Amino acid sequence: MVVAIAIVRLKDLLAVIMLSGIYGLLSASFFVAMDAVDVAFTEASVGAGISTLLMLVAITMTGRSEHPARHKPVLALIVVFITGILLIYGTLDMPYFGSAQAPVHLHVAPRYINDSMQEIGVPNIVTSVLASYRAFDTFGEVVVIFTAGIGVLALLSVVRRPEDITKIDSLNDLMHAEHLILRIVVKILIPFILLYALYVQFHGDYGPGGGFQAGVIFASAIFLYAMLFGMNTARRVINQSVVQFFAAIGVLLYGSVGVVSLLNGKNFLDYSALSTDPIAGQHLGILLIELGVGLTVASVMVIIFFNFEGRRENSQSLENKNKENKKA
Amino acid sequence: MLMGLYNYWVVVVLMMVGFYIVIAHGNLIKKIVGLSIFQTSVFIFYISMAKVDGGTAPILAEGISQYSNPLPHVLILTAIVVGIATTAVGLALAVRIKEAYGSIEEEEIQKKDNLDC
Repeated sequence: MVVAIAIVRLKDLLAVIMLSGIYGLLSASFFVAMDAVDVAFTEASVGAGISTLLMLVAITMTGRSEHPARHKPVLALIVVFITGILLIYGTLDMPYFGSAQAPVHLHVAPRYINDSMQEIGVPNIVTSVLASYRAFDTFGEVVVIFTAGIGVLALLSVVRRPEDITKIDSLNDLMHAEHLILRIVVKILIPFILLYALYVQFHGDYGPGGGFQAGVIFASAIFLYAMLFGMNTARRVINQSVVQFFAAIGVLLYGSVGVVSLLNGKNFLDYSALSTDPIAGQHLGILLIELGVGLTVASVMVIIFFNFEGRRENSQSLENKNKENKKA
Repeated sequence: MLMGLYNYWVVVVLMMVGFYIVIAHGNLIKKIVGLSIFQTSVFIFYISMAKVDGGTAPILAEGISQYSNPLPHVLILTAIVVGIATTAVGLALAVRIKEAYGSIEEEEIQKKDNLDC
């Protein structure tokens, strides 16, 4: 909370973004304290890692400082206070914190907790709800993520001519010649991060984890690589069109699991149709759609990052060109 | 016994901080940061509702009968990842606006728009 208020006060956007990273990490630890391990996992990698990074890239392009406000914020403050007081008044009817009798815990949750072991056979209830009971929801969310990836692609992608690439190359070499220690440490770390992402992906049935978390962790390993070894090296390692292909494959894999169960005479995304033994079918279905989720999330994150970086390099090389022109 | 509601108040304060940033600041990047604070406050709201006293994380194990509610966890887990994807779209728009207008301050953009008319 203190961090959030500091964010309001600061004008320097770099500090704001650093604070929002800290804020993400704090809320992740809060989620652990609230027994939401899966959520904490996601928030730690997204809030403290990826979102901070994307915002940093964005401010390198948009400028670092915020102009002081010219109009007085009194009106805004009044609105905020009134809304806040109304909301607090609204909370007076809410059930007490931690109460087991709260309405949320009485309706569908007992069914998930008591029956999911027999019906799905997966110890992690979060995974079984995410991937089986509410699979249609999750499908919608994966499609939203995919659409966001396409949106960023449409907004930021740049077409390069070959002579530009050589210029950008020299720019990159300048930037990444240093940081020897960092590069070696990262080189050692990256395989472990990737391996860990795969573990989170395939162990999500039994422990905390799953496609969303794994995708984000996998993507952050690639970000790390791209940051320290330069975008050109990263582009040589990871072909962008392949990544885009994988993003689509992930969504398709998810959808086609649904269609297969439909063709077998069950409901859309009813995995018991996938195998003669319903539990085995559930296992297979969850594995497949988590794989789809992981693929899409990781590739969309990589697409977003690469496009931001590509845009930045382009504007930098344009600036450099302008400077040269001025000198001449 | 009003202290039993403090989790909601923390959420309300965070939400209002985010809301204030969104309406009172002119800088688009700052607005996006404000939106994400607003978003996190909703996450905290859901997760704190899922907590049950004496419960553990919702992973089935021998000898444990009290679990916290898995449903809000599922909703928020996906919401976080969707949130970062939409934030990225917002940032991309901000970058394009900077390229088109040369600024991401709301007032300057408005001024330029008025000049164009």
